[in-house]
Amino acid sequence: MFHWLEKNPFFFAVAVFLTIAFAGLVEILPNFAQQSQPTVGTKPYSTLELAGRHVYIKNSCNACHSQLVRPFKAETDRYGHYSMSGEYAYDRPFLWGSKRTGPDLMRVGNYRTTDWHENHMKDPAGVVPGSIMPAYRWMFTNLADIDTAYAEQITVKNVFAVPYNKPLPMKDGSKEVVKLADSLSGAHASALAEAKLVVADMNDKNVKEMVNNGQIPEIVAIIAYMNSLK
Amino acid sequence: MEDRPLEYDYTIAKLFMYSTIVLGIVGMLVGVILAWEMAFPAVNTMLGEGLAEYTNFSRLRPLHTDAVIFGFTLSGIWATWYYVGQRVLKVSMAESPFLMFLGKLHFTLYMVGVVLIVGSLLMGITTSKEYAEFEWPIDIAIVIIWVIWGMGLFGLIGIRREKSLYISIWYYIATFLGIAMLYIFNNLAIPTYFASDGIGAWYHSVSMYSGTNDAIVQWWYGHNAVAFGFTVPIVAMIYYFLPKESGQAVYSYKLSILSFWGLMFVYIWAGGHHLLFSTVPDWMQTMGSVFSIVLILPSWGSAINMLLTMKGEWQQVAESPLIKFMILASTFYLFSTLEGPIQAIKSVNALAHFTDWIVGHVHDGVLGWVAFMIMAALFHMAPRVFKRKIYSKSLMNTQFWIQTLGVILYFTSMWIAGITQGMMWRAHDEFGNLAYSFIDTVTVLHPYYTIRAVGGTLYLVGMFIFAYNMFKTMTSSERVDESELQNATPMGA
Repeated sequence: MFHWLEKNPFFFAVAVFLTIAFAGLVEILPNFAQQSQPTVGTKPYSTLELAGRHVYIKNSCNACHSQLVRPFKAETDRYGHYSMSGEYAYDRPFLWGSKRTGPDLMRVGNYRTTDWHENHMKDPAGVVPGSIMPAYRWMFTNLADIDTAYAEQITVKNVFAVPYNKPLPMKDGSKEVVKLADSLSGAHASALAEAKLVVADMNDKNVKEMVNNGQIPEIVAIIAYMNSLK
Repeated sequence: MEDRPLEYDYTIAKLFMYSTIVLGIVGMLVGVILAWEMAFPAVNTMLGEGLAEYTNFSRLRPLHTDAVIFGFTLSGIWATWYYVGQRVLKVSMAESPFLMFLGKLHFTLYMVGVVLIVGSLLMGITTSKEYAEFEWPIDIAIVIIWVIWGMGLFGLIGIRREKSLYISIWYYIATFLGIAMLYIFNNLAIPTYFASDGIGAWYHSVSMYSGTNDAIVQWWYGHNAVAFGFTVPIVAMIYYFLPKESGQAVYSYKLSILSFWGLMFVYIWAGGHHLLFSTVPDWMQTMGSVFSIVLILPSWGSAINMLLTMKGEWQQVAESPLIKFMILASTFYLFSTLEGPIQAIKSVNALAHFTDWIVGHVHDGVLGWVAFMIMAALFHMAPRVFKRKIYSKSLMNTQFWIQTLGVILYFTSMWIAGITQGMMWRAHDEFGNLAYSFIDTVTVLHPYYTIRAVGGTLYLVGMFIFAYNMFKTMTSSERVDESELQNATPMGA
């Protein structure tokens, strides 16, 4: 039987492909039938947060930091409630990471503040003695890409029906709406308004001045993103 | 037809041999820089603050993994394909101008792809998915390169004289099909520029899958990119080169069938072991764990088949550095295909996941198995491709021992580092509070990170010795004709 197969490359290749594809069909398809259902309290990202998420990805923060709290006492003690599937409903791509050279960041917004991040990104070992994290000083001068963040928001709203501009249930029973501007200039205006709230808690004079002039440096965006991780 | 041996055409094989050596050095050099950055963070700004964005750990890390996977390993796979394919199918590339054209196109586009990848990763253009960091324009280029290789592969099979496909060909076919399926589905994404009527960066895209589903698809890909990039084609190599070099027939045909089809069926299921204790469904995690254990069978089937091929001829291991490379490679294959399943057991994974033990596992597999086998293949091919003896046997021996020492330092230090960190993360004091803050679990690793960096540096030194030995072999070693060769590779002093 196998000798026959080994003389017929076409059927051989078909047999190999079916054998390889089998596991994927069984494992992946069923889960795709069920869309990810967001948990109560999970919101889509605002324009500035999403731009910050892009800064996080651009610098491969996920190479050293996970965003996945496993259901063990040691992890819930350290990082907070264990992760639930629905909390990731708006994460494209997922950023669970595979290595914890630094701590998990799934709920970093609960216990770190804007000025902590600011000092830490400038000089990690100055804030956490012994830290081996490199400094990210270029984030204080590079500008965040608001355009691309806005383009991604439009894309996920249109293609994946991400609920922007719709009331979403929060944990305290209230409703919240994440607004999506209807023009690029509107998106810039709302990102800038959000950036001003972040910058109010920062010390760097350059960054403050840039935001006053209508520019948003990467550091402001990534802090807005990390503050949103709860 | 006159009765003389076929003249094979190694034009394309040569090109990929060069790129294997160059990209191997690049990928491993970047890896060594990363290792020193973890031991001594000041290395992050080695070229000054102005260039820190391009020399710090986070930008270089994807460059390291991708240079080793898509640079060094893929080049090695293709260098051996353009050599082994002709020989076991008993047909020369020169017989088909079309296949020669495809081969040259394959190499040229591949080089273009390499440049695009290096540039975009340094600029921080990435999707963040491990080993699938490239944005959609590069993904399309990679698919085209892959299809061109596939046309060459099946084209050569189509005009073959030897009707039965040798074992190595099975594995090359599986590599082609497996990677094609995995790569395409994992990288499905929507370009935001086109979906938003022209706003933002033109190359940016957003994943088709979200959250948990995205993670499932990514690790279905990520784990099996290892399967069909680091295992399947490397097994293809050893099934050809070990019997050729040692003059021994493959120990068991039945065992090779069992392990081939076993590997094909089992490997894909095991991807779930990257997601244990995550938010993917429990049954999928359990399947990942169970099939990882089952995977020992087909993996060990191939490895044992190779070791038993040397039955009665073990003195060759002492005499020939080339056989040494291959025997050590199969031994590391045995070892890392046992280590992986152990790490996939749920209770072990609870400790090992997210730690350096995983990094250690990857590297004993890649440095000990993949890279050793690829270098052995190039050593075997060189005298037949360039018609010159291997320049220096003693350099080969030196390289072997330096690199073996490097691998051992690498994985032992990472075992200790990983298990130490995993134990410290979970330690509680007598009142039930966490015993260590996170930074305690980082500073404790400094000695192990230093040892690892030394081990990696030794391996890189071995790579330079390899490159020098190959360069001398290609350019100035004593001439030899294939008809003078017995099985074993001719060696210089």
